[in-house]
Amino acid sequence: MAILTKEQAQALLKKVLSYSKADECEVALGGRMGGNIRTALNAVSTASETSGTTLFVNSTFGKKTGSASINEFDDASLEKVVRRAEELAQLAPPNPEFMPALGPATFKESITWNADTAAMTPDTRAELIAQSMKATKEAGLVQAGFLENTSGFSAVMNSKGLFAYNKSSDVTFSVTTRSEAGTVSGYAARGFTDIKKLDTYGATKIAAMKANASKDARAIEPGKYTVILEPTAGAYMLENMFRFDARSAEEGRSFLSKKGGGTRLGDQLVDEKVTIYSDPFNTELPGATWDREGLSLEKTYWIDKGVVKNLSYSRYWAEKKGVKPVPFPSNIIMEGGNSSVEEMIASTERGILVSRLWYIRMVDQQTLLLTGLTRDGTFYIENGKIKFPVKNFRFNESPVIMLNNVEALGKPERAISVESYRSYMIPPMKVRDFTFSSLSDAV
Amino acid sequence: MRRKDFIYLTGIGAGAMMLPNFSALGSPVDASRLLAEGMDVATKKALADVALNTAKAAGASYADVRIGRYLSQFVATREQRVQGVANTESFGVGIRVLANGCWGFAATNDVTKDGMAKTAARAVAVAKANAKIGGKPVELAPQKGYGQVSWKAPIEKNAFEVPIKEKVDLLLAANAIATKGGASFVNSFLAMINEQKYFASTDGSYIDQDIHRISPNFQVTKIDQSAGSFQTQSSLSSPMGLGYEYLIPSAAEKVTGVVTRYKQRYDMLEDIAQAAKNVSEKITAKSVEPGKYDLVLDPSHLWLTIHESVGHPTELDRVLGYEANFAGTSFLTLDKWKSKNFKFGSEHVNIHADKLQKGSLGQVGYDDEGVKCGEWELIKDGILVNYQATRDQAHIIGLDKSQGCCYADNWDSVQFQRMPNVSLKPGKTPLSPDDMIKNVEKGIFIVNNGSFSIDQQRYNFQFGGQLFYEIKNGKIIGQINDVAYQANTQEFWNSCVGVCDESDYRLGGSFSDGKGQPQQVSAVSHGSSTTRFNGVNVINTKRKIG
Repeated sequence: MAILTKEQAQALLKKVLSYSKADECEVALGGRMGGNIRTALNAVSTASETSGTTLFVNSTFGKKTGSASINEFDDASLEKVVRRAEELAQLAPPNPEFMPALGPATFKESITWNADTAAMTPDTRAELIAQSMKATKEAGLVQAGFLENTSGFSAVMNSKGLFAYNKSSDVTFSVTTRSEAGTVSGYAARGFTDIKKLDTYGATKIAAMKANASKDARAIEPGKYTVILEPTAGAYMLENMFRFDARSAEEGRSFLSKKGGGTRLGDQLVDEKVTIYSDPFNTELPGATWDREGLSLEKTYWIDKGVVKNLSYSRYWAEKKGVKPVPFPSNIIMEGGNSSVEEMIASTERGILVSRLWYIRMVDQQTLLLTGLTRDGTFYIENGKIKFPVKNFRFNESPVIMLNNVEALGKPERAISVESYRSYMIPPMKVRDFTFSSLSDAV
Repeated sequence: MRRKDFIYLTGIGAGAMMLPNFSALGSPVDASRLLAEGMDVATKKALADVALNTAKAAGASYADVRIGRYLSQFVATREQRVQGVANTESFGVGIRVLANGCWGFAATNDVTKDGMAKTAARAVAVAKANAKIGGKPVELAPQKGYGQVSWKAPIEKNAFEVPIKEKVDLLLAANAIATKGGASFVNSFLAMINEQKYFASTDGSYIDQDIHRISPNFQVTKIDQSAGSFQTQSSLSSPMGLGYEYLIPSAAEKVTGVVTRYKQRYDMLEDIAQAAKNVSEKITAKSVEPGKYDLVLDPSHLWLTIHESVGHPTELDRVLGYEANFAGTSFLTLDKWKSKNFKFGSEHVNIHADKLQKGSLGQVGYDDEGVKCGEWELIKDGILVNYQATRDQAHIIGLDKSQGCCYADNWDSVQFQRMPNVSLKPGKTPLSPDDMIKNVEKGIFIVNNGSFSIDQQRYNFQFGGQLFYEIKNGKIIGQINDVAYQANTQEFWNSCVGVCDESDYRLGGSFSDGKGQPQQVSAVSHGSSTTRFNGVNVINTKRKIG
């Protein structure tokens, strides 16, 4: 029963709620199915398929909440899980931050579902991998890659009458192509709601092109350089600042805290070319239209022309501060500009083109200073042209400082963070004075 | 690498996904369920035989079955509030088969005869489908069957037997001490894991194991609102392969000095008092002058440097290219090992792998492909001598049996090569940390781990820390701040000039080391005594924004 329709989910949740004796009861149902293939050394290394459906029950007496879950759906099991949540609620300590459930609301229908993606089979996956393998072998390289598709639904209902439903599907693909001797390496990653847009052959050709262009990389001195960050590199850097949280800022422990107290809301934090927002109806990266608290997710600006426009407030924190709740978003989009990567290169006297970053960690939470390295395609630019591949660098840089040094932006595209594997819409960026602090021999 | 989000809840996710709050570790259950008996061994054996026989009949040349029950409990508090208590259980079976020279894997939570047969057949079908794509056939190192055996972690007190109230009381008492000590905020946590694993294979092994892990932790934060600055301190505990006894303080298990550190028993109330004091000093400590320093690294810090710069590059699957698309490969290529003279470090550097150390996160009787665990050398007198291998990799490094490095983080994850404990052996000459510091002219004594980053072949790294004590002319003169050191792995280990003796030996470790696609976590310890490295490049990490 992996993917239930809205009507099926509603009927099941109604039945679960009918067993409730608590002051308040929230029930949530979620299911997902999907599969993956992993490759290495030009062969499949592992492959698997997964599916599952789980029902969650939160029962509350006063301010005491208990949670239980189950993956059996006969009437006796449904009643049992409600009783268990109620027993646990009676034993739980009162939650001083408890917020009563919200009543009925209407949510817009999302655009996160694609039937073709949901219908993917082991054979579809094998064919996509075969295409990728073909491009790898044509380039005389060896690949390691990963293809994964997931489809799911989620539905919530509470005893105050709220009901919300969403279903979604997604496919992601990433590949690293290297020479047999390990002297060159290139990478590409793609993600789509609609499987028909995924061209594993084309993506692998780009990874292979980057690898073969990296032959005989030279070492150049670390230091401050103008960089052109491709979206894959930019996404991994910026996701470390995509936490526009009011509470930690007001508590004084965030890069959005203000000296002397309060937050940076309304301040010019970064360059005016920078606008960052969320919009569930972005066609390239659609998101859900409601959150777990039952709040509607609308288009929300976090940074508008460099000014901090909104911070997210949970319902509890919003009530405490006397403001409207601002839910945590279901996607993040950075607006772009009109420059192409080619134009950015052409306008650069001396700089570095960065394809991908790697192993980014927070060095200082206060300034968001990050460290990490370049990887899989790093090139030296001089007088408007790519001159030669260079050895990888370690950087120490804050995304806040980086966004103050933006010179040009391109068209945003869906980029997958290398480590969290989350996606964002990020433009290619040209940034001055990016700090590389040492060299790495890694390929 | 360690996974950033231990439990990943609904959020941005795949961007498009809006999925419910699936716990990474299982479904929420009542705490009493954590003490309930699982399926009995005889039933597990009968079910495992169904899977093994089905797989063989369907054409598998080898099959293994892992029936796993994974239990966890988390308690999280903040100041005087309980933020959450979660008890989870995950039960199911993973079946791995070798057919037509290729691996296939399938898993189900339908742990019945029918579920076993269907899942085993599915695993064989996956293997046969994958075999068509081609590649070298899998070559398994021979492994004799052990018959019916069992192994239990030698813990003194099952943490699940301790009432939740007692745990909450401990955390809230710790928080109160921090607040009283001047901390602006305090968060504290307790995480406990029990893996009940049953392994059976066509080699004739039926292995029943019971594994326990515990991780107490806190973070205190000090805010200076007028300066617009803040600093944090984390606990000097380590995640351990121990029961609740880890939280019973013992004077014999303490290392005293400029700050008290802990061996196999932890004193949370004492540690949080010193953390509140230390964070207050840290916020006004002077910023480091960048340059070359002799570093004296406490085991609470050095474990992570060992993990990243020795543990990961000696993983044979990375060396071979299996992790190239995510975690990366390794600079420790086979030619360096074959040369028998690759100087990884100085003569003081003796690093061994094991799954035997008492209290360690890696301690287990048998790995997840039924190989009895042991100990072996990786770096001997500074020379690279070995790697970490599984059954299908052993032949590549000329071994006639696996080193027992196979692990899966759940029944529904496919097992693959994971790091055993990797530890630096203590020095043979008597040497205490105080005596080591006495001879340092210009140095920094670093306690506890901070930020960490290393390239995909493990050459270039940068590590921060929690507490940085400036050493001048053999004496600690006080805390400094904004310290990180950068080095090349081989140069760094060759700059090692001394390791304290075994009386200072302690374990650090990671509760959730991430690897693979889809990513799996594992827990691993790294032991060492305080160690000195000369002339390491230290940078200043202070910046100013807006």
